[in-house]
Amino acid sequence: MSKKILIADDEPNIVISLEFLMKKEGFDVAVAVDGEEALAKAASFAPDLILLDVMMPKKSGFEVCEALRADPAKADLRIVMLTAKGRDTEVAKGLAIGADAYVTKPFSTKDLVIQVKSLLGMA
Amino acid sequence: MKAKVRFAIAVVVLGLLMTGPFVVTSFLVWVDMGESERQILIDLLVSRLPIGTMMTLFGFGIGVGVLHKLFKQYVEGLLGMAEQLRLMLGANRNFRVKLDGPPEVQQLARVANDLAAQRDALMDDVDSQIAEANASVEEEKNRLAALMSELAQAVVVCNLDGRILLYNNRARLQFKALSQGPTTVAGGALIGLGRSIFSILEKNQVEHSQEIIRQRLSNGKSALANFVTTTRGGQLLRVQMVPVLSAVHEEGEAKMTGYVLTVENITRTLEEEARRDQALHSLTEGSRAALGSIRAAVANLIDYPEMDPELRERFVKVVDDEAARMSQRLDDTMGEFSDSMKTRWPLEDVLAIDVISAAQRRIDDKLKLPSKIEDVDESLWIKADSFSLVFALTFLAERLLDHYQIRDLRFRTSHEGKLAYLDLIWVGQAISSETFYTWEMETMQALGESSSLSLRDVIDRHGGEIWYQRDKAAHRAFFRFVLPVAAPETELLDERRATGRPEYYDFDLFKFEDQTIDLDRKLSDLTYTVFDTETTGLEPSKGDEIIQIGAARIVNNRLLKQETFNQIVDPERPLKPESIPIHGITEDMVRGQPNIDIVLPAFHAFCEETVLIAHNAAFDMRFLQLKEDRTGLRFTQPVLDTLLLSAVVHPNQESHKLDVILERLGISIDTRHNALEDAVATGEVFLKLVPLLEQMGIVTVRQALEAAEKTYFARIKY
Repeated sequence: MSKKILIADDEPNIVISLEFLMKKEGFDVAVAVDGEEALAKAASFAPDLILLDVMMPKKSGFEVCEALRADPAKADLRIVMLTAKGRDTEVAKGLAIGADAYVTKPFSTKDLVIQVKSLLGMA
Repeated sequence: MKAKVRFAIAVVVLGLLMTGPFVVTSFLVWVDMGESERQILIDLLVSRLPIGTMMTLFGFGIGVGVLHKLFKQYVEGLLGMAEQLRLMLGANRNFRVKLDGPPEVQQLARVANDLAAQRDALMDDVDSQIAEANASVEEEKNRLAALMSELAQAVVVCNLDGRILLYNNRARLQFKALSQGPTTVAGGALIGLGRSIFSILEKNQVEHSQEIIRQRLSNGKSALANFVTTTRGGQLLRVQMVPVLSAVHEEGEAKMTGYVLTVENITRTLEEEARRDQALHSLTEGSRAALGSIRAAVANLIDYPEMDPELRERFVKVVDDEAARMSQRLDDTMGEFSDSMKTRWPLEDVLAIDVISAAQRRIDDKLKLPSKIEDVDESLWIKADSFSLVFALTFLAERLLDHYQIRDLRFRTSHEGKLAYLDLIWVGQAISSETFYTWEMETMQALGESSSLSLRDVIDRHGGEIWYQRDKAAHRAFFRFVLPVAAPETELLDERRATGRPEYYDFDLFKFEDQTIDLDRKLSDLTYTVFDTETTGLEPSKGDEIIQIGAARIVNNRLLKQETFNQIVDPERPLKPESIPIHGITEDMVRGQPNIDIVLPAFHAFCEETVLIAHNAAFDMRFLQLKEDRTGLRFTQPVLDTLLLSAVVHPNQESHKLDVILERLGISIDTRHNALEDAVATGEVFLKLVPLLEQMGIVTVRQALEAAEKTYFARIKY
């Protein structure tokens, strides 16, 4: 059974690429366009990994990450934070609140795929 | 033992010496004789006794005379000389001992006089050295004060209590601009000699910096501290503190006796920096998301060339969209950014010739285009951003060289009123106005560098103008830059002229520590506010109102004519026509001025921590007191009245009117009957009265108050 990836980002222009890419890599993909939807889909879709944008309406990526990490049932969920903020302090915060990886936009799609696969133990 | 007693004893001793041996011999002979012999002797002696007694008395008289003479010369003479020497030692240095009496005494007197002469020579030498040293100290003080007043930074020097000892004009202007609310009517009353710096700056911040400096001093580091503070009006000030150190007399660390504060208002700088930061932020982080989308879309397009056309179309659309958004963002940011660049470069005063020389050098060196100067006024100052102006000149020179192959350039300046003309002249072909228009509007490039500004921007930044003009007769054409002439700061000059030298400093304030008013301090040591009011009439209880308050400060026995308070007050009632000639204040002058509710708090702040002085103070104080309920302000400090003090000093004079006193004390004042001028006159009177009071043993404020109270005039009530 293929692994499931949830893409949570409010920018359709990046979502389209990520969705295409992940599908091409053989993942099951779902999309959420704000923080609340991301939490709902994390429950209903039960993804193995979530690509989580920091700047989202309703709930920020940080909040979503914290909420997910507070749920022991989701301990195996991998979280990759995507952000347009490149500051050291934010990277540190993301990792501190439980993200498995922190990717700054713009990024290389190849590297992202490699990272996702390695997190899912597929490399 | 007194000289007279000693003389009497000497006389007695003389008498005993003259009679004693005869009496004793006679007694012994008498005892030895028989009865008959004694009878014979009595017979012989009694008949001759008068002669013997006479001789003895005569001899005694001569003896007393000689004794008296010796006594006069050697005892009283020397005592007199001793008094004279004492006079020489103290009261009258120039006195000399009179040469009198016997030669030995005269010799002694001569030696004493020689000693005195030698002493005088030494003392004169010391005096002249002290005078010299004082003069050089005074000169250095003046030099320092002059230097401070020229500085472009606001500088304030304080002692350890935070009292202001010294400040420059820039500081006065800066704090005047900062002062909010009622103090603005007082013309920046916050800053003043002897005032506390803590009314302007946060006390704990200043003290914290002092602590840092002490630590740095003891660690042998350079003593310096910085802090940023917010004023009541929300302005941000960056303050730098360096210590004033005492001269080191012995081994060990120099002690901090005060500090110098350099104050800079950074509110605008910070705002600009925040704007630039924002611009930078939106350029970097704002571009990340868009660039991320583009990069991912492009990667997909490259990695999966076989994708279906509809999907390909969507990816291309993403790239197009995001690229357009980024361009827009760049434009917006640059727009904002160049605005903040404009505000970042303030115009400064430069010599026109300096701008021209700089442009000439660049044009000669880089363009190999020779240039000359004709008719340049070497003393013409302009307000300019010299960098952009030189860039503009070079830009035009390069354009002319490239497009019209000109052989040389000439510079010329002239000025008309507030406008300076800087002409860039060349011989040859005329250019079309369309060409010039293009040159004016495009962003400038010169010598391979480009500017973010157009020629038009540079001109606008200077608030100037530029045009192209032809001189057909001479086959010449020129560009004329119109720029503002830099006017000297007239306000500053006026103040200096008025007083000879700046009064913004007072180093003697270093000596005083805390200054809550102590009535037992010397009159000459205290800080005073001399003030006067003009009123609509003489009866405050019947509705007369204050229409002007004028005040000046006396610090360290000096009247500070630059730290004054002068405010006309709207009495909110009609003026009495008969009073107008007295105070010279008309309805027109009063309308639109603040009312007493606004002025009184400012005046209250102005005279904080000082003793008040007024002429006929009871009158002015009555007016102030009647406002206590309305404004809630009480003037509780001690009040000295020059009218009463004058009566103390000259109790037998009939009049103690201000004019009369001024004349009596030899003070000449130009104009009077204006509150400020009368306050200044009152201050002069007070300063003259202080030494006269001191002669009468009235030295402290308490003594002055008591003496004033005792005079007859104190009983007059308004």
